[in-house]
Amino acid sequence: MSEKPANGPGGITRRNFLTTMGAGAIGATVSENVLAAGKEAAPPQVTPAGRTVEIALRVNGRAHVVPAETRWTLLHVLREVIGLTGAKPGCERGECGACTVLIDGIPRYACVTLAVEAQGREITTLEGLMDGETLGPVQAAFVEADALQCGYCTPGQIMAVEGLLRANPNPSVEEIRHGVSGNLCRCGAYQHIFKAARRAAELKAGK
Amino acid sequence: MADEKKDIYYVEGIPIPETPLPGKEPPPWKETSVVGKPLPRVDAYERVSGSAVYPSDVHLPNTLHGAILRCPHPHARIRRVETSAAAKLPGVRVIISSNTPEADLVWKKDPVGDMRLFEPVCRYEGDAVAAVAAETPYQAWDAVNAIQVDYEVLPFVADERRALGSGAPAVHPKGNVSKTETYQRGDVAQGFAAADVVLEEAYRTECELHTPLEPHGCVASWDGRSLTIWESSQGVYAIQSRVAEVLKLPLARVRVIGHYMGGGFGSKLEPGKYTIIAAIMAKLSGRPVRLFLTREETYLCVGNRPPTNMTVKAGVKRDGTLTAVEFSVLGTGGAYTAGGTSLVDWLARDLYTCPNVRTTSTDVFINAGPARAFRAPGHPQGAWALEQMMDALAEAIGMDPVQLRLKNIPSFSQAREGNPAYTSTAFKECLEQGAAAFGWEKSRRGARSQGSPGHIRRGVGVAGGLWFAGGGRPPSTVIVKLFPDGSANLNMGASDLGTGTKTVMAMVVAEELGIKPEAIQIENADTGTTQYATSSGGSKTVPTEAPAVRNAAVQVKQKLLEMAAETLKVDVAELAYRGREIVSRQDSSKRIAVKDLDALKRQGVVVGIGYRGPNPKNMTTHPFAAQFCEVEVNTLTGELKILRFLAAQDSGRVMNRLTYDNQVIGGITMGIGLAATEQRILDTGQTGKMVNRNWHDYKLPTALDVPVDVTSLPIEPMDTDANNTGAKGLGEPVTIPTAAAVANAVYHATGLRITDTPMHSLQLVQRLADRPKEG
Repeated sequence: MSEKPANGPGGITRRNFLTTMGAGAIGATVSENVLAAGKEAAPPQVTPAGRTVEIALRVNGRAHVVPAETRWTLLHVLREVIGLTGAKPGCERGECGACTVLIDGIPRYACVTLAVEAQGREITTLEGLMDGETLGPVQAAFVEADALQCGYCTPGQIMAVEGLLRANPNPSVEEIRHGVSGNLCRCGAYQHIFKAARRAAELKAGK
Repeated sequence: MADEKKDIYYVEGIPIPETPLPGKEPPPWKETSVVGKPLPRVDAYERVSGSAVYPSDVHLPNTLHGAILRCPHPHARIRRVETSAAAKLPGVRVIISSNTPEADLVWKKDPVGDMRLFEPVCRYEGDAVAAVAAETPYQAWDAVNAIQVDYEVLPFVADERRALGSGAPAVHPKGNVSKTETYQRGDVAQGFAAADVVLEEAYRTECELHTPLEPHGCVASWDGRSLTIWESSQGVYAIQSRVAEVLKLPLARVRVIGHYMGGGFGSKLEPGKYTIIAAIMAKLSGRPVRLFLTREETYLCVGNRPPTNMTVKAGVKRDGTLTAVEFSVLGTGGAYTAGGTSLVDWLARDLYTCPNVRTTSTDVFINAGPARAFRAPGHPQGAWALEQMMDALAEAIGMDPVQLRLKNIPSFSQAREGNPAYTSTAFKECLEQGAAAFGWEKSRRGARSQGSPGHIRRGVGVAGGLWFAGGGRPPSTVIVKLFPDGSANLNMGASDLGTGTKTVMAMVVAEELGIKPEAIQIENADTGTTQYATSSGGSKTVPTEAPAVRNAAVQVKQKLLEMAAETLKVDVAELAYRGREIVSRQDSSKRIAVKDLDALKRQGVVVGIGYRGPNPKNMTTHPFAAQFCEVEVNTLTGELKILRFLAAQDSGRVMNRLTYDNQVIGGITMGIGLAATEQRILDTGQTGKMVNRNWHDYKLPTALDVPVDVTSLPIEPMDTDANNTGAKGLGEPVTIPTAAAVANAVYHATGLRITDTPMHSLQLVQRLADRPKEG
């Protein structure tokens, strides 16, 4: 049968900290810095894997104080700790945009934003566009234009359009295409997304 | 809260289809009131609000997170797996590997031998070597990275064109040929002799990866002896049967749920090793396990559209009559038997009338991830070759390419046994009406002069296609339950991949019962609670399920009529179901509201069961397509801009115009990927590893790569033979001609025949630079 792993605290050495980095979110830059630092002097203070710190996040207008490892992404904390699953993991490397949220009103990839970095910012997720059970204007426009198929990239597309319209309430089709160009849709529903973005601009303008 | 009860019935006065007598099936609709309309999805709210729970959103209490260690080499023997360091890391609860008994589970059978969960010899980069379940995904990956594996790296072959060469390493002991197949009708030598023009050309399409937005994976949880799996899947029953077989469980103890799923395109028709691994680790830990692949893993081990190397030789008379087609393909399903050349030759066999056809297919093994069905398997590749050849033949005989195709349109399948007639084919109308709506002749003449500066060249192209499947077939069982207030529940096993299946089926119920789609609650894709359905694939879901749904709704009406006949004391044949009411045709004073039926109130529910009836004998059902596009090529930079597309699709009856158009634009987007952006790159020389295993390096079409101007032109032949809805498949035929149409437009614009995908600016600028200077 399977091996019985030890459950002890497992003191972390610098060496096995480095071995944790492969799939982690911190990425190569940090580990290279640690390596470089190791040649010259003692490594900087690093919070070991498995140890959490308390962080304060403001999500959809509500304050959350949650435990998090410093390497956890905002996406991980939103989904796994706070329980908001609107933002989706698609690539976890900042390529597809399924995890897009607004940070201080600007679309950002939650999968390449560390949760600790997002402290003190105003975070808005798909759920935050709802008024109770009523869809927000961008969401309603996506329904009307059938701007989705499987729906998995849709939260990110909606947040990208929301961010675009906050910055530019009356975008041209070219501006819309650029506005959602950081959000992949493998089902390929782009033209309906363009229509939905135009319709959302109208809805937001009260038309 | 609005009084939704008042609004159950659709709109008063809209005709409701006649109810056949008990035991009889309904004839195909002549007209419809609800079906075909552009209605928003019944589950759109869930999908845009975030309330839809995708399998990757399932959070069960006490869940562990799984991760898989994968072989980093294309071919390697595993000497030793050392997991002790990993086991000591915090949060680690289970590790399975070749050191544990699960390794020898036969997870899949293959003609080359049983495939085991952890193979002692990995034959492709990314095969599973070990797996971990831990308290957080981060800890699971920490542990995976701490597992030490001693690999004996073996020689590999990662290019199918070298797999049969002398000295190529053997992927399997029996050698590198997986399958060879020859098809022949008539005599191609005679056909070529009778031709005025014979052309021959070689074509290649690169391997594409599905990469649906939701990665493959599942959540597995045991309740004692029963296993429940939430899987991102195209067919819950297919997952159930494989899991039950591998784990030696009765089917009834394996429940698979897949209410929502984030895209599949064929790659989620079957479970993965991850499904089995998650179930095993859940059993060993006594806790639920969530295991979703990383994006990188989805590039390596859950399927692909394999590369093809094709040649076409074709003969034509001056009047456009095709006299012979000879087609060959060399392809690969990767390291295991996976249909590497499956259906690539089908269009050559069957799209055009031709008495003399010969095709040969050679499927070889290489050390790369196994293929899986990918949206119209084989067809976009075959169209890439055949439809460019048709373009070239047309030019060679001085005929318009639309006219050449129109000259050779069959009314029956030449390649099937017994030459069955098509239940319907509007391929001719697709070409004619598509050309008219596109402004083909004018665009064809004017395109070249329209590019503004001299280095910008415009061109237009056309391509056609049909899809091998798309007619649907039994089995399917569907249940419609009508509640005493007239609202209904639709219970079906089929998955909705995002194609709009649930919406279309609700519209079928709405059509028959006269109630609004919103008054219909849908249960689907759950082996524990919904009825048997085959997987959603092959563009057969609508033509398979819609007739069964219709039959179930009709049976509800038949039962209501029988209840009313008893109450009103009249013959059932005299009564008509009018939605809110049941009325006598002879005496309109004899009427009763459905909600007043005593028998319904006593029972609490009326259950209608519908089955998918048989397909017609000696006939075959297929969708057809013609697509037209206009492109602009910058001859200095090689930049290709696709300016507009028009798709004239014959998929029988349009069931929902909104989701129909969405499939059309999606198919074109994916076809643009094949044409211009997508290519798996393996380091075939030195390491055999995939070098572009992410969306940064492997380019999907983005919002900037597709034209804003896409026209969907449904061509709707009245197909009364296919099934009782007249609908044919849609999702796959919409992507078959796309890439070839773009290639033909590029030829028209530049005079360059691009025979290899992808036509990105690197290739185009190289080809433009290599071209001999004019004059």
